[in-house]
Amino acid sequence: MPAAEATREAPRAPSEAIVRIQDVVKEFGPLRVLDGVSFDIARGQVVAIVGRSGSGKSTLLRCIAGLETTQGGAITVCGHAVGRPGSAARAQLRRDVGMVFQSYNLFPHLTVERNITLALTLVKKQSRAAANAKAAEVLAMVGLTDKRTAYPEQLSGGQQQRVAIARSLALSPQVMLFDEVTSALDPELTAEVLGVMEELARRGMTMITVTHEMGFARRVADLVVFMHKGKVWESGPTAELFTTPKTAEFSQFVSSEL
Amino acid sequence: MIQLNANHFLYLLQAAQWTLLLSLIAFAGGSVVGLALALLRVSRIGVLRVLASGYIQLIQGTPLLIILFLSYFGLGIMGFKLVPIVAAGLSLTLYAAAFLGEIWRGCIEAVPRTQWEASDCLGLNRFQQYAYVILPQSVRLAIPPTVGFMVQIVKNTSLASVIGFVELARAGQIVNNSTFEPFTIFTVVAAIYFAMCYPLSLAARALERKAHAGR
Repeated sequence: MPAAEATREAPRAPSEAIVRIQDVVKEFGPLRVLDGVSFDIARGQVVAIVGRSGSGKSTLLRCIAGLETTQGGAITVCGHAVGRPGSAARAQLRRDVGMVFQSYNLFPHLTVERNITLALTLVKKQSRAAANAKAAEVLAMVGLTDKRTAYPEQLSGGQQQRVAIARSLALSPQVMLFDEVTSALDPELTAEVLGVMEELARRGMTMITVTHEMGFARRVADLVVFMHKGKVWESGPTAELFTTPKTAEFSQFVSSEL
Repeated sequence: MIQLNANHFLYLLQAAQWTLLLSLIAFAGGSVVGLALALLRVSRIGVLRVLASGYIQLIQGTPLLIILFLSYFGLGIMGFKLVPIVAAGLSLTLYAAAFLGEIWRGCIEAVPRTQWEASDCLGLNRFQQYAYVILPQSVRLAIPPTVGFMVQIVKNTSLASVIGFVELARAGQIVNNSTFEPFTIFTVVAAIYFAMCYPLSLAARALERKAHAGR
């Protein structure tokens, strides 16, 4: 049985839950992918969701991002329920949450700069000049200042993913979601993307990452959530969880990933 | 029998202008209606999808010749007497719209779903997603099949001759009736059609290169 609800204490200054996931159920037809998932994330926390393929971790992330509808339970982000109908609720969620995908999903017909400024000018109604300044700022943060005028296909996978992070970061979200963002990259490129994510964590960004990078999870995550069969099988502060796993499934998973 | 002379070729070239004009009408009208149809086909409102799909099925399943007959003779009997160019322009517009609508729907749907998700996550609304993310990528995909269909349209304008519209093919027939030199005349007619269609293919290739240069 899952040893859920282990003592949960935020190593960083404990504050209100910025993301609250309560008893979430998600079904694809007869298949129950999320089976009553609950946990809270405090502002500034870095959470690593780990687990085998098919354990529901990416689906959970997509539910938080409002890309999937849920069949039960509730998710709130910054006090607003996810999945409320109406464009105003949707816009609020988009202001609060940024999402980075495994396949980068940059816009191939636009330059790096325009990829970043598109939402700034269209959604945040910033002037082109202000948006360009913001783009320069976030590109510097991910170390790609010189790629401003390049098109996505001229970049390596790692560079594309850093642009995708910059694009999301430019909108100043309260929470950033990372969906297996290094899974398509070779180790060298993985390192440069993880480096950017560590820097974000140091700057206090609230991050929820679905990852297979156990090293990253150990180093950076405050909280680790191990998912198995659509449930939170085991969760808790990173160090504690890795040193004293409570379930056979998690210790098995950890040893297989090392 | 009259000897074939330069005036005959001049006459053919003049008729070719009507072919060109009819092609342009068909293409302009077909594009406007076709884009609307494509967007209706991918609409989130089911009844709009069904209506657009019904229209496309109906037109695609009807010979262009019959559409021409209906809009010229059919409407004529009902009291809407159209001049041949209008009837032909209308028919070709209806016809081109059905095919372009379906071609472009395919091009819109060929843009990966992840592009919708990424732009959604950035907060773009549906109109902005179409205008800035999806359609620009669809256009790139649409160039080759669209030009291929344009060439079909140019050639299909020859059917307008059946409702008495004197375009290139009909003009060729008329010249042949008075000179009876079918091989020469229809070779010239074919060459003029080719001269109109080939630049389209060339332009398409140039456009494709340009579209890819920005990548």
